[in-house]
Amino acid sequence: MIIRVTDQAGEKHELEGLDGWRVMEVIRDWGLNIKAECGGALSCATCHVYVDKDWLDVVGAPSDEEEDMLDSVGDVKSNSRLSCQILCSDALDGLTLTLAPSAAKD
Amino acid sequence: MSTEITTDVVVVGAGPCGLFAAFELGLLDLKCHFIDILDRPGGQCAELYPEKPIYDIPGFPVVTGQQLTDNLMAQIAPFAPEFHFNRMINTIEKQEDGSFKVATDADEVFHAKVVVIAAGGGSFQPKRPPVEGIEQYENKSVFYAVRKMDDFRDQDVVIVGGGDSALDWTLNLQPIVRSLTLVHRRDAFKAAPASVNKMKELVMEGKINFLLGQIGKLDGENGQIDHVHLTTDAGDLSLPATRLLPFFGLTMKLGPVADWGLELNDNTIVVDTEKFQTSVPGIFAIGDINWYPGKLKLILSGFHEAALMAQAAKAIVSPGERVVFQYTTSSTKLQKKLGVA
Ligand SMILES: Cc1cc2nc3c(=O)[nH]c(=O)nc-3n(C[C@H](O)[C@H](O)[C@H](O)COP(=O)(O)OP(=O)(O)OC[C@H]3O[C@@H](n4cnc5c(N)ncnc54)[C@H](O)[C@@H]3O)c2cc1C
Ligand code: FES
Repeated sequence: MIIRVTDQAGEKHELEGLDGWRVMEVIRDWGLNIKAECGGALSCATCHVYVDKDWLDVVGAPSDEEEDMLDSVGDVKSNSRLSCQILCSDALDGLTLTLAPSAAKD
Repeated sequence: MSTEITTDVVVVGAGPCGLFAAFELGLLDLKCHFIDILDRPGGQCAELYPEKPIYDIPGFPVVTGQQLTDNLMAQIAPFAPEFHFNRMINTIEKQEDGSFKVATDADEVFHAKVVVIAAGGGSFQPKRPPVEGIEQYENKSVFYAVRKMDDFRDQDVVIVGGGDSALDWTLNLQPIVRSLTLVHRRDAFKAAPASVNKMKELVMEGKINFLLGQIGKLDGENGQIDHVHLTTDAGDLSLPATRLLPFFGLTMKLGPVADWGLELNDNTIVVDTEKFQTSVPGIFAIGDINWYPGKLKLILSGFHEAALMAQAAKAIVSPGERVVFQYTTSSTKLQKKLGVA
């Protein structure tokens, strides 16, 4: 499966996703600008992404706990998600998203 | 005038690895002072996942971040380490006699024969909201914490956030400000329900404003804001404001660790695997902050590193003194130190 990611600088990347991996892990392992400080434990919100509007229904809504965590970033939009809470699967082949400014490393 | 403290060991960082180091150093009669930017011990365990379970601490099938911290604090209590919280270590300087002078941003100076850096993923610092140019206003009219209430007296204050800090300071500052607006992105709060109810009462009474939205841009000059722009569902609006308090929690930053003249490898400190000593003799690094071939960033690795580091630290603090290897189960000497014999 492929994930299409636009980074904070506007550059587009096509990343090979691995079934069962978190989208955050794929973005991080490809060396893009994502801090992902807590390693996917839903404790930091530094893996914040904007999911392309066309993919929102497929990806589904964030859990209450994820909504709470999103309170700790200042750039939330209606299509905000934490990428560590999205699991790669064939259904998400072609998933298109943009890294939020608040996900950037220092 | 600065406070001067002399001790055997200064430990930078009171995360799990630093805390356990106080145990291993204590068994060897070395006295520790801790310095941490947080206001409590536990590092990542206390700040990022106090309620989450950890499953790979030997002997604990499951323990939460906070329980592990509490247990470590109980375990090191016999050695009475001293804690200096809410301080950032700024500089470490080697003195001619081989000891170290460690200075904090709270104007304290520590003199120690050994420094143990257990700074983990770096120091915890407030998350800066992604607002262009916010740096120029920081500590002048934009603050991430309230140090002096008086800085807010008779000001037009905007507080952003929905957690306990945002709500607590809304309630605490309301009586002394000229105006106060709480801004949060949604109408649900992570704060204590009693505070949320009290805040809603103040809104009903017209004593504060509550707006759904996020901060967009700041206007002002010479470090002084005069307007905060908000993006709201109903469109953008500009709010007169002389003080802004964004409360978005904390994030880890490497901070001054990078400036201490130690050999680094990609933001971690290079150590040997016999003593966990850095490129500067007498300065050790344990836990997540160090690097050596095969390093695993796990709490249990930090515990092991602390034990070996302590032996080497003892040799520096008490040169020539023979250290006999003993078990806590069988050594009455060690048990006396722990207050159990
Ligand atoms: C969500 C999550 C889950 C985890 N789960 C596990 C697990 O199951 N098992 C496991 O083994 N590990 C786990 N970890 C990793 C584990 O938490 C770390 O390995 C561990 O916290 C490292 O401990 P430490 O003492 O080295 O540093 P930290 O816990 O990072 O503590 C460092 C301390 O130093 C302070 N500090 C740094 N620089 C300065 C300075 N200049 N001045 C003053 N203070 C400073 C910081 O404020 C902090 O309090 C997890 C981490 C996270 C985030
Ligand atoms: S990596 Fe921390 S919340 Fe996703």
